[in-house]
Amino acid sequence: MSTVIITAVVITLVGAVVGVGLVYTGKKFHVDVDQREVDVRACLPGNNCGACGFAGCDAMAAAIVAGDAPTNGCPVGGQSVADKISDVMGVAAGAAEKRVAFVRCKGNCNVTKNQANYIGIQDCRSATLSGISITSCDFGCLGLGSCVNVCPEHAISVVDGVAVVNRDKCIGCGLCTKACPKGLIDLIPVNNYVAVQCSNKDRGPQVKKVCTAGCIGCMLCTKQCEFDAIHVVNNLAYIDYSKCTQCGKCAEKCPAKVITLPHVSAEV
Amino acid sequence: MRVTFRGGVHPKGFKELSRRVPLQKFDAKGEFAIPISQGIGKPAKPVVSKGDSVLVGQIIAEADGFVSSNVASSCSGTVKAIEKRRTISGLSAECVVIENDGLYTPVDGMGKKNNLEELSNADIIEKVKYAGIIGLGGAGFPTYLKLSPKNPEAIKYIIANGAECEPYITCNDQLMQSESDGILEGMEIILRLFPNAEGVVAIEDNKPEAIESMKKALEKRPSKAKISVLPMKTKYPQGGERSLIAAIAEVNYPITKLPADVGCIVQNVGTIYAIWRAVEYNEPLFRHVLTVTGDAVKNPGNFIVPDGVLVSELVEACGGIKEGVTLRKALAGGPMMGFAMTSLDVPVVKTTNAVTLLAEDEVEKAEKQLTNCLHCGRCTTVCPQGLVPQLMADAVHVGDLERYEYKLYGLECISCGSCTYVCPAKRPLTQIFKQTKAEIMAAKRAKAGAK
Repeated sequence: MSTVIITAVVITLVGAVVGVGLVYTGKKFHVDVDQREVDVRACLPGNNCGACGFAGCDAMAAAIVAGDAPTNGCPVGGQSVADKISDVMGVAAGAAEKRVAFVRCKGNCNVTKNQANYIGIQDCRSATLSGISITSCDFGCLGLGSCVNVCPEHAISVVDGVAVVNRDKCIGCGLCTKACPKGLIDLIPVNNYVAVQCSNKDRGPQVKKVCTAGCIGCMLCTKQCEFDAIHVVNNLAYIDYSKCTQCGKCAEKCPAKVITLPHVSAEV
Repeated sequence: MRVTFRGGVHPKGFKELSRRVPLQKFDAKGEFAIPISQGIGKPAKPVVSKGDSVLVGQIIAEADGFVSSNVASSCSGTVKAIEKRRTISGLSAECVVIENDGLYTPVDGMGKKNNLEELSNADIIEKVKYAGIIGLGGAGFPTYLKLSPKNPEAIKYIIANGAECEPYITCNDQLMQSESDGILEGMEIILRLFPNAEGVVAIEDNKPEAIESMKKALEKRPSKAKISVLPMKTKYPQGGERSLIAAIAEVNYPITKLPADVGCIVQNVGTIYAIWRAVEYNEPLFRHVLTVTGDAVKNPGNFIVPDGVLVSELVEACGGIKEGVTLRKALAGGPMMGFAMTSLDVPVVKTTNAVTLLAEDEVEKAEKQLTNCLHCGRCTTVCPQGLVPQLMADAVHVGDLERYEYKLYGLECISCGSCTYVCPAKRPLTQIFKQTKAEIMAAKRAKAGAK
C-alpha cells in the first residue's frame, strides 16, 4: 500500500514542478506572433510552389505583413486570394491577374517531322546539349517533356510530340518556363483566349519548308487588328495583351492558323 | 617524360579500314556553302555580298571580337547568297554560298614564299591570326590566342599532337607521312616564339610509318636538337590535351587553368601544318585533312578537303554506301568524341576531321541493355581525370549539385566518354555529366550576371 502512496506523491510533486517550470519558460520566452500573418497564411493556397519569388507560402505571408510583397503577389491564387488578403491587411487590392502557361509551338507530328531519331536521356535539356536539333524546326518543341517533369500540378502532357497545358490545372507557377531549353513556354493571362502558337523566327519560305503550322510573318494579322495589339517582330507575331480585346479577327485571317484560341483547341 | 597517363580505355581502332590510303586532293564540283561560324567564339562578319566574285584564299568573313576568327574562301567563283543553311551540327546557321567556277584561281600573294628570317614574332602571330587558323583537333579555339600567352619565356614544351587516339580516324597519320617536313617547319616557327621551349611530336605507337617518317625528316633538320619524336602508348584519350600534358610534362592541373599556365602548348599536327602554310606561303586556312570511313562506306579514304564541301559529295567520292548495307548512323568525327549528323547534305567545316558512317547504331543497342549501377568501379579505374563517375552520377540523381561540384570535382570531367565505354550496365554517364556541367555553368553565369 505504501508503494502506491509514495508513487502518487512523487508523481504529483514532479508534475507540479514541471508545470510551474513550463509556465515560467512560456512567459519568459514568449514570441509575439502577428495575428495578421497567421490570417494571411490561411488565405494563401499552400502549394509552396515559390512562384511569388519567396521560399514558400509562410515566407510570402511574412513578406506581405512586413510590406515587402504586394497583397496581390500570389500568382496562383489570383483575384479571390488577393481580395481576401487585402481584407486582412486593410488595404485596397490591386488587380491581380491569374496567369497560365502557354506553349508557343503547334508543331506536332502531323505538321512537322523529326530529322533525327534521338536515343539517350529522355529530357529536352540533354537532347539540346547533344548539339543537334532533333526537330526539323530549330525553334520547335522537342516533346521529351522537361516541362512535364517539373510541373507540380501534372498540368502538362505531351500530345503527338508537343507539350500541351491543361489550363484548369495550371497554377501559373512558371517552373516550366524555366525548364524549357527552347524557351517556348510563356505565362499569359488566364482570361486571354487569343495567342500565337509558334516561335519560329526564320523567314516565311524557311518556315514553310519545316512546318505547315508555322508563323510565316505575313503581317495579315497586324493589318486586321483594330486595336494595334499584334505586331510582327523578327518574322514572328506577338500579341500585346494589355491592348488585345480578344475579338479573334486575327485568328480568322491567319493563313497558317497559328493564332489560336487555347480554350477551344488546346484542352487535354 | 612518360609515354602515357593514368587510366584510359582501349577501344577497337578500326584504323585498318583507311590507314594505308594516301591523302587525295578533293576538288568539289558543286556550290560551296561556307559557314561563317566555324570554331569557338563569336561568328565572323561577312565582308562580301551577293554577286561579288571571290578567289581561293580571299577572306570572306572577318573576325568579330577577341575570340573569333577569319573565314577564307576555298574556291573561286561568285557569291550566290548569304543565307541560313543547315550545318553539320544539325542547326541552321548563316553561310556564304559560292558558285564554284572550277578554276581555283588563288588570290594575290598566296603561295609566294616569304623569307622567314625577316619576319618578327609579332608578324608571325599576325599572319596566323589573318589566316583564321583554329585548333583542328576539334574544339576550334583560335590559334593566335594560344600562341600569345602572358609569359612566353615560361613555356617549356610545345607538343605536336599526332596521337590520333580516336578510333577510325587516320587522316593525321597520313598527313605526318606525306608532310613530315611541313609539320617540322611549323614546329620551328612556333619554337621561335618561345625561346625556352622544347618541341615534342607525340604519336601513338600504332602508327609506326608515321613515327618512322617523322624521325627520318627530323634527322635532316637543323633544329633536331630542340625537337624530339615521342612514340606514345596506344590508349584512348591519349590525344586529349590534358592526357598529353600529364604524360609529357608530368603535371596535372585543374580545369580552371590553361595549358600555358603549366608551361605547355599543345597543337594538333594539322594546325601546325596550317601555321607553316600561313606563315611561309600566306595561305589562309581553307582546307584540311579528313577521313571518310566506317563499315558502311565502300572505299574509305583520306582527303585534303576545302571548307564548305558537302559531306554527301565526299561520300560519293568514296564510292558511296556499300551495297546491301543500310546506313544506321552518320557521325561527324569518330565514335568517341564525334556527334551524330542528321543529314549528309551539310557542308564540312574546319573542325570536321572525319565522317564515320556506321551500319550499326551502338547507342541504340546499349540503350536496350541499360540496367542499374553494379558498383563495379570500372568507371573509376579508367577515368583519365581520376574522378569517380559512379558517385557523380548518384549525386546528380539526387540533385545534390554542390556535392557534384565541390566534393566530387565534377567540373573536371573532360567528357571523353571512357566511363560510358566501359560501363557494363550501359549507363549514359557522359551524357549525364555533360548536362550537369552545362547546368552548373549556366547557374554560375546567371549569378555573375545578377551581380
